[in-house]
Amino acid sequence: MTHGSRMTRGSRGINVPALARVEGEGGIEIVVSDGQVTQARLDIYEPPRFFEALLRGRRYTEPPDITARICGICPIAYQMSACQAIEDACGVAVPEPVRKLRRIIYCGEWIESHALHVYLLHAPDFLGYDSGIHLARDHPDIVGRGLRLKKAGNRLMEVIGGRSVHPVNIKVGGFYRAPAVAELRALLPVLEQARQDAADTLAWVAAFDFPDFERGYEFVSLRAPDEYPITEGRVVSSRGLDIAPAEYDGHFTEFQVRHSTALHSVLDGRTYLTGPMARYSLNSARLPADVAAAARAAGLGATCANPFRSIIVRAVELLYACGEAVRLIGGYQPPDPPAVEAGPEDATGYGCTEAPRGLLYHRYRITADGVITDAKIVPPTAQNQRAIEADLRDFAAPRLDAPRERLTRECEQAVRNYDPCISCAAHFLDLRVSQS
Amino acid sequence: MTLVIGIGNPDRGDDAAGLAVARRVREATAAARCEVTVVELAGDQLALLDAWDGEKEVYAVDAVWSGATPGTVFRFDAARPLGVRFAGRGTHTFSLADVVELARALGRLPARLTGYGIEGAAFGFGAGLSPPVAAAAEAVAARLLGELEAGG
Repeated sequence: MTHGSRMTRGSRGINVPALARVEGEGGIEIVVSDGQVTQARLDIYEPPRFFEALLRGRRYTEPPDITARICGICPIAYQMSACQAIEDACGVAVPEPVRKLRRIIYCGEWIESHALHVYLLHAPDFLGYDSGIHLARDHPDIVGRGLRLKKAGNRLMEVIGGRSVHPVNIKVGGFYRAPAVAELRALLPVLEQARQDAADTLAWVAAFDFPDFERGYEFVSLRAPDEYPITEGRVVSSRGLDIAPAEYDGHFTEFQVRHSTALHSVLDGRTYLTGPMARYSLNSARLPADVAAAARAAGLGATCANPFRSIIVRAVELLYACGEAVRLIGGYQPPDPPAVEAGPEDATGYGCTEAPRGLLYHRYRITADGVITDAKIVPPTAQNQRAIEADLRDFAAPRLDAPRERLTRECEQAVRNYDPCISCAAHFLDLRVSQS
Repeated sequence: MTLVIGIGNPDRGDDAAGLAVARRVREATAAARCEVTVVELAGDQLALLDAWDGEKEVYAVDAVWSGATPGTVFRFDAARPLGVRFAGRGTHTFSLADVVELARALGRLPARLTGYGIEGAAFGFGAGLSPPVAAAAEAVAARLLGELEAGG
């Protein structure tokens, strides 16, 4: 459910109690005292959904289906992190054909999620429209292109996953059914069109005006030896972290704050950022030459530290995901069998994959009887709360003399830079700027 | 050919009201062998754009949450802008009204689109329809079948 944005002007500040175009429910409060920003807070009030507790006592085979329900936009991410963690506990490694098919369906999720955010949620900010609907009234062809892209991603998810929302064909060990070669090859014309649409998207967003704003982020993402990270890799940061997913809890700490129903997260005590900008900045060298060239032509360097330019990075990842899906489908051989056996072990398993919004960590403790006794899920939006608050503080501080309506609008935009999925995190938006 | 689309989440209480109507219409029209296609849509409402692509006569039924008495039935003709009364009333990221206005902007509205909204009472996980919404779903199904019969 989305909320309309509304703004009330008090005698000493601004109060915007609902932020639109984000998934879920929440708000922002910026407190100004003696001309200084003293507090920038992201209030998340969507009720926590206690998925971790719900998983205790369930069978070890159930997390892919249960956790897919956390989010209608990125269910594949939940399913893939869950599978990886359970398989880790079972001591099972999936064969290459399963791994590749997982990467193809994950590309579908990146395409549909990024296309939705770029066209209907984020681009209106840059072009002065209240919503994607208003943008569509003036630019139906452009929005139509975005919807065509999204549909291509959805089709990939339907053909491999059985349906695009909460797919049903994914299981621990692989898939219930492997699509035939002809079923995937039939998607190639759609994906080739999507690749052209993604290239046009990149050229379109690269021409937007971006606020002059950068921060010294510590980026965190996965890194794989020879590919742009999606389904697996080591957890690395721009300040030298390089760990296996099993070492996550030794470095990342979650804790509760009063103003959010989603846990905050720090890396060895430090605020960090995950998501497309982090992925790109840590892995741009792993992009294929054509995508890397398109990124450079769009004005990106090897890294990107302006969160407003994350829309360009998402477009680069759209281009990459379309091309990667085409490449993988070109060499597709159905996994036979479609899934490998994964018997339960008395063990703890760890899984990390790259959801469209960033790193998604799952941990499960299971018994030899296959019962889950403990579960931990750390979604990307929860991890990014502190980075969003830091962005708001640093962005607003030198702009307090700007017209309040404009500042309010830009602060909302600063939150949408993250494509926040509050439903996932609450496990979140209003904006209030108040002066004391 | 007429298309009837029921929208909702089957596992979220009264959000399933549109699905209940669709199923009732499917049962009735299957027996009568009417020229009616019934589609159930759970999740991404943007899929409506494709679901009604090329269709001339479409009915869409969804749950709404406006503060009205549970079971209240709203009916709209998409030939006219829906206005704020129907904005954001769905329980999904994009409401039925959002998608109707997006389709209008894109020139992708069916020639005739009629919407029914049923005011929900509770949207809890795993719950069934509440009594007033179940009754309203039956009433909407009967009314819709009457419109189909009159139209066909």
